[in-house]
Amino acid sequence: MSEQETLLRVEDLWVRFPTRNGIVEAVRGISFAVGRERVGIVGESGSGKSMTGRSILRLIRPPGQMTAKEISFKGDNLLDYSERQMRDVRGHKISMVMQDPKFSLNPVMTVGKQISEAYRLHSGASRGDAKRKALEMLEAVQIREPERVYNSYPHEVSGGMGQRIMIAMMLIPDPDLLIADEPTSALDVTVQMRVLAIMDKLVKDRGMGLIFISHDLQLVSSFCDRVIIMYGGKIVETCKASELHNAKHPYTRGLLAALPQIDDPKAKLAVLDRDPVWRDQESVVAYD
Amino acid sequence: MNQPMLEVANLNVYFGEGGDIFQAVDSVSFKVKKGGSYGLVGESGSGKSTVLRAISGLIADWDGRICVEGEVLEPKREKAFYRKMQMVFQDPYASLHPRHTVDRILSEPLGLHGIGDVETRVLKALDDVGLGKAFRFRYPHQLSGGQRQRVAVARALMLEPQILLLDEPTSALDVSVQAEVLNLLSDLRTERNLTYLMVTHDLAVVAHMCEEIAVMSHGKVVEVMSVEQMRRSEPKEAYTRELLMASKGYDPEFFAGEAV
Repeated sequence: MSEQETLLRVEDLWVRFPTRNGIVEAVRGISFAVGRERVGIVGESGSGKSMTGRSILRLIRPPGQMTAKEISFKGDNLLDYSERQMRDVRGHKISMVMQDPKFSLNPVMTVGKQISEAYRLHSGASRGDAKRKALEMLEAVQIREPERVYNSYPHEVSGGMGQRIMIAMMLIPDPDLLIADEPTSALDVTVQMRVLAIMDKLVKDRGMGLIFISHDLQLVSSFCDRVIIMYGGKIVETCKASELHNAKHPYTRGLLAALPQIDDPKAKLAVLDRDPVWRDQESVVAYD
Repeated sequence: MNQPMLEVANLNVYFGEGGDIFQAVDSVSFKVKKGGSYGLVGESGSGKSTVLRAISGLIADWDGRICVEGEVLEPKREKAFYRKMQMVFQDPYASLHPRHTVDRILSEPLGLHGIGDVETRVLKALDDVGLGKAFRFRYPHQLSGGQRQRVAVARALMLEPQILLLDEPTSALDVSVQAEVLNLLSDLRTERNLTYLMVTHDLAVVAHMCEEIAVMSHGKVVEVMSVEQMRRSEPKEAYTRELLMASKGYDPEFFAGEAV
């Protein structure tokens, strides 16, 4: 990544939630950077991977607290931005696709209206232009009858189509960085692969950066360029996606061994032995 | 002689009525031998869970033949039937009563069937699923996902059934926890000679758990194969091939070219 420009650089990020039983630390001092590449953040539930994604857009709501030494996007520190300036970043420069299209689309607004609204908000284009652009975008995510989908409501489309609509909406303002938080986990496997193929192509064609948050090691290692593995709010390991099978950290190795494999049958699956030491180890710095 | 434990023949399941009828399952037939483990694979809407629900008696609107140990089942089930067959549901966060303790969850089936000796049985069941008596008076919210699914398995085993219907038992769990629950299920099957019918969308999980696999699509069984055939990647149907590819991770060449 050294020869490429760094899009995003995060240094010493912490996310804390005060609860009745004291403060819960969801993310504990992680540092990483993302260029125009596909970076996967993998971890199990509670590892802090989603909170990391949200922190970048400063979407942690009180009483949750987010602190960091630096979250810079193309050299500007987002921590110094006002809420107003942040609104310009969200969607326009950095977009986010969430897990389930059922909950991220407005149920009482047509799909087309939602997509063109996203575009008009950031570009100030006219209604006509926005509609043309939205139809173009629907075509780009390989929806066969863009005109029909444009006029339909979210409950009239399938899950796979809903997620493609979300991707169209997120990509229409032409962001530099896309954060995808389990974008395909709610979808059937074959649909999942098609949606990934579309994302892959768009990200490549536009030279965007992608942060792909997932619990699926196999998927991330086959889809991304680089992988960051999180455990207990820290980064335990980072490596090239193609090198994941040579991972060194016992947590990563344990996760890989726990996966059933079709072509490598075992009588028993390996069970992960969680070592309390992992929680206290220093977070690995993942700048490249 | 060699009677199958569970036999399903020409099963059709319909939803709705009149002109608005929808056939969710279309003449599905299969046999599971005693002590065997059979997998139904397919994507959402393929009808795999509906088959399971018809067998377990949760859906009454079906025709065809369902036999357990040669005995033909009616849509309405006798109480005794549930001592033969039990089900483990997909989401342990939804299938356990949030305001019942583990003790009450596990003793309820015993009470319903008038079985005594509750305390010993509950403790033994907890032990069998690797939880131990410390968990007896906890509420579901005090348990992790994997522990909850163990409680659900323990509940299904309280009446000592011979057949377990497993509806995506690990899809809501993390991989490391999935491994624990799958190991538990395999151990229980060997120890008690249980018969499993498992529904899942994850080919790697069925390959690990089952000996024979039926692939479903749009309510029909499109292909039946043994686990060895699947391992050798010899599916005949294009749909099965696609499922197999997808379960091995993202392959840009395979999927980019033919994206719809």
